[in-house]
Amino acid sequence: MMITEISILRTLLTITGITLVVGINAVFVVWLERKVAGHMQFRLGPTEVGPAGLLQTVADGLKLLSKQIIFPSSADTPIFILAPIICLIPVFVALVPVPFSETLQAHELDIGLLLVIALGLLNTLGILLAGWGCDNKYALLGASRAVAQILAYKIPLLLCILPVILLAGTFSLREIVVAQEGTMWFAFYQPVAFFMYLIAITMETNRSPFDFAEAESELVAGFHTEYSGMMFSLFFLAEYTYMFLASAIASILFLGGWLGPILPGPVWMLLKIYFFLFLMMWFRWTFPRVRVDQMLAFGWKILLPVSLLNFLFTAGVMAVL
Amino acid sequence: MNWSYAKNIISGLASLVQGMQVTMTTMLTPGPTVEWPRETAPLPLRFRGHIKLVTDEAGGAKCIACGACVRACPSVCIEVRGDKPEGAKKKAPTLFQLDFTKCSLCGLCVESCPVAALTYSRDYALAGADRRVYSSMDLLAGVASPFPEQCHEL
Repeated sequence: MMITEISILRTLLTITGITLVVGINAVFVVWLERKVAGHMQFRLGPTEVGPAGLLQTVADGLKLLSKQIIFPSSADTPIFILAPIICLIPVFVALVPVPFSETLQAHELDIGLLLVIALGLLNTLGILLAGWGCDNKYALLGASRAVAQILAYKIPLLLCILPVILLAGTFSLREIVVAQEGTMWFAFYQPVAFFMYLIAITMETNRSPFDFAEAESELVAGFHTEYSGMMFSLFFLAEYTYMFLASAIASILFLGGWLGPILPGPVWMLLKIYFFLFLMMWFRWTFPRVRVDQMLAFGWKILLPVSLLNFLFTAGVMAVL
Repeated sequence: MNWSYAKNIISGLASLVQGMQVTMTTMLTPGPTVEWPRETAPLPLRFRGHIKLVTDEAGGAKCIACGACVRACPSVCIEVRGDKPEGAKKKAPTLFQLDFTKCSLCGLCVESCPVAALTYSRDYALAGADRRVYSSMDLLAGVASPFPEQCHEL
């Protein structure tokens, strides 16, 4: 590919844009999470820093920046340092093919969805390395749980995405949204897949009721037990960005991405993304964590067969029609 | 797959929805939080703060320094000294000190006062850097004194 001034400018704009989206999203979502949690528990959440406590996350971030990073003496230092980076970088990259409107997209890829799924898997690698590298039994337990969990949700997740790909006939995220233009959103064609996908992304983003890797009440803090200061907050940044990404993919696949009346495209896209984010928060502050074996049984015995049947059914109907 | 299995799944789903309803209604209901000190909760009518002296129309204390409250106090936390101002028929307090660190807010002093010169204050925001602020509260502060300045003990 020729490196032109345009492509360099585009790259710079992409990096700036994604960094902005990731940063602002994290600040806002952490605030929203604390507000939602507060109000669901008869509290108010943060109120002091900034209007309605909006800048609380910024203050917390500054505090974390100024804290010492403690390296356990028995830790495998290179892995210990790499783990949060491996958690964070893939989600950064995975935002590249996500379209925010017909024209607002960092880079159009015809295999955009595949790229997002593949990069999403690296998150678990980061968690595994974090648990392995710091030589702590709780961290290792959390990491091994995350790895056990990944198979239970990833296969049903893919089987929920496949019917949408069948309907749209493309792997490009942009084309999938375009395919929903003028017809009903895919959530109405694929209610079962949509429902299963919601459950699967709750597992994928390590959110309660499936937050085994972290499991505060069982494993201290799971895989990031030994992390402090900014390295700890990198994990948080990765988690909240991952939630953002999963919600973006969910709204593209099932709720028609930027499509919607009156309001401009990006606004609709963000509205849908934050609808999913709120839904995940709602789950988290309502449902207690299930047992590990219950989750695995649920993933293998219910999610997998139902999503497989749903996929086969869709394929059969499409072959007949 | 039998019927009870499916029923189990359906009732489980219903319970999940029910749980989400509970959290949503809680979220939308305004909570009881009062953001003190920017706003204060209304005090109950019969709130018992530390005692204070009742003043008459002229702003002086109604207290006649009889010492009934001192005798009634089970915690020995009131100290009263009084004197007759020139030309007056009744005594007036020259010192009225409360050791609020010992007070149990029983209210016996208020009940025993023959001239109803004691009452409960509505002062609850009590915090200080020095315990002496509360171990010797001067209840005569802010009360007009019938004595010339130099006579006031303390």
